[in-house]
Amino acid sequence: MTVLFGQLFTGISIGAVLLLIALGLALTFGQMNVINMAHGEFIMAGAYTTYVLQQSITGAGLSLLVALPVAFVVAGTMGVLLEILLIRRLYARPLDTLLVTWGVSLMLQQLARDVFGSPNVQTRAPELLTGNVAVPGGLTVANNRLFILALALAAVAALTLALRFTPLGRRIRAVVQNRDLAAVSGVPTARVDRTTFFLGSGLAGLAGVALTLLGPIGPTMGTNLIIDAFLVVVVGGIGQLKGSVIVAFALGVLQATGEYLTTLSVAKVIVFVAIVAFLQWRPQGLFTLRTRSLA
Amino acid sequence: MSVLWGRRILAGAMTLVAAAAMTACGSKTSDEGGAAGVTADVSGDTVKVGLLNSLSGTMAISEVTVRDSIMLAVEEINAAGGVLGKKIQPIGEDGASDWPTFAEKAEKLISEDRVAAVFGCWTSASRKAVKPVFEKNKALLFYPVQYEGLEQSPYIFYTGATTNQQIVPGLDYLKAQGTKSVYLVGSDYVFPRTANKIIKAYAAANGMTVVGEDYAPLGSTEFGTIVNKVKSSGAKAVFNTLNGDSNVAFFKEYKSAGLTAAAMPVVSVSIAEEEVKGIGTQYLEGQLTAWNYYQTTPGAANGKFVAAYKAKYGADKPTSDPMEAAYVSVYLWKAMVEKAGAFDVEKVRGVSDGITFDAPEGLVTVDGKTQHIAKTARIGKVGADGLITEVWNSGKPIAPDPYLKTYPWASGLS
Repeated sequence: MTVLFGQLFTGISIGAVLLLIALGLALTFGQMNVINMAHGEFIMAGAYTTYVLQQSITGAGLSLLVALPVAFVVAGTMGVLLEILLIRRLYARPLDTLLVTWGVSLMLQQLARDVFGSPNVQTRAPELLTGNVAVPGGLTVANNRLFILALALAAVAALTLALRFTPLGRRIRAVVQNRDLAAVSGVPTARVDRTTFFLGSGLAGLAGVALTLLGPIGPTMGTNLIIDAFLVVVVGGIGQLKGSVIVAFALGVLQATGEYLTTLSVAKVIVFVAIVAFLQWRPQGLFTLRTRSLA
Repeated sequence: MSVLWGRRILAGAMTLVAAAAMTACGSKTSDEGGAAGVTADVSGDTVKVGLLNSLSGTMAISEVTVRDSIMLAVEEINAAGGVLGKKIQPIGEDGASDWPTFAEKAEKLISEDRVAAVFGCWTSASRKAVKPVFEKNKALLFYPVQYEGLEQSPYIFYTGATTNQQIVPGLDYLKAQGTKSVYLVGSDYVFPRTANKIIKAYAAANGMTVVGEDYAPLGSTEFGTIVNKVKSSGAKAVFNTLNGDSNVAFFKEYKSAGLTAAAMPVVSVSIAEEEVKGIGTQYLEGQLTAWNYYQTTPGAANGKFVAAYKAKYGADKPTSDPMEAAYVSVYLWKAMVEKAGAFDVEKVRGVSDGITFDAPEGLVTVDGKTQHIAKTARIGKVGADGLITEVWNSGKPIAPDPYLKTYPWASGLS
């Protein structure tokens, strides 16, 4: 029973990681329909930001807290630069965007290699986040997993509120639902696109900070994550945040359960088969945006 | 642009990414060209040797350090007058972490450059890819990395450990500590699977129980479930054959699950000084490793090696077991050539038995029959400074036994 709950929590925490890496994509791919293959490298940028900050800020806890906003801005700025320099010119050409951003992703990886070296680097986690808390019933829950879960949920909440209640959010929704109508109504779509891209890339930076607590920090860390991130957004449905949230946790629990009952490799197969089957049934994903636009 | 159109493009892109990842495996070596027994070109006042390592791609992290130590040995030998009066002229090729490329470059070094010997390869996959090339051309390869054993090519000298010099001593150590049950965690490819087959045979014969066995695909970084399984298994120790990035995720998860080196130590066979830096001492302190050499290994030969390496490549660069084995391989080749009085491959092979070298790891002796070398096994513990200090050694060099013929419990393996 303890193991069962442990596994349930593991599944939820895998889901939280998936959610965190996919949230930014849910904005840029989901809302703007830009296939950004360099999203994983923005995550990497967030992780390296943590590493760089730790060189000057010695307290592991403090540096992690500082890294969250700084990584958001660093990755967000990289995203805006990418948008201004390349993606903006390619909005109607998805295939070109894909190839160009893939190229950018390779260049960023090489840049990281040149600046930080090809071996992985280490960051120190605050002692508090390397321990665990005991829950009655013999179950222990890892603190870093709790932190990531909290961070993911906070990011979702903030994003949802921003989209629903702020003027910016209203403009983003307007552009997503009907770009032309938004434009003729006086919404500056180009600026909205740029802001959306900043937010989406910034969220990738946040994910990078969180991932320093779990996995390797190296030039290729982004490539391992990008496929999972796209899976979540595609299955969740384009243009909807709630789809990504539900799918992230569902895939996490499915992965953890499958892995517990079989092996890691088989669990991955199970997850992929489930996704393929699901997309056969609902090719548009879990939720779709209903609009009156003709596109 | 419709949503579905975007998705279709995405699917194509994912296939592309997956295909790029998969070019790393598969594919056979080509069989074309190359008359049997290309002789090395030693007519000038230099002798060419080939250096075949991945300088790009996923294995570059590790293989560049091996290339660096080979170059160090070459420079030292040249400064001391060369081999048989000839300076060594190193010819470097990039295997690019791609096994067919290794085979192609090996063919080039042998047939075009006509080198006297080649030093390099890291993964077993790359060694398996070049093996037929060396055998067909009757050329020599010096392979510097510990591996899964069960191989013995007449044209390869193995200067890293085979299983009975690393894994078996690691198990002996656990047994001596009174460990009755182990959990096996490894990456999903040939080395961990073979190693675990050996470990299970050992355990069965030595009163140990293997309470669980799990494999993660190379590059996998999600270890929540595996660590949960390990934790609830009640094992007394973990034998870890994970490779690469997976180790980072595994040890971070291990620590946050509350598992400690004191309660359930992890013995790793692929974590050397360089990897410790990338994982973080915070997560590794107190954990065990099985190798034949550490930067902290005592002795004048090692003091000289470490000082020379740091002087050449930087004070923050650690030395590790595969680097040392690569460094030693050049000196062993030199000793063989000098004993044979010629660069001729068959003559060099013929005199190899009994060649010794005062290596940084201690005295090593070439076993002419298996073309492996006798090495001392050392169990080490990771310290707070990121270096590994020895807690146990085998006392004397262990004779190589790649097929584990001298171990009755291993008779069922092949």
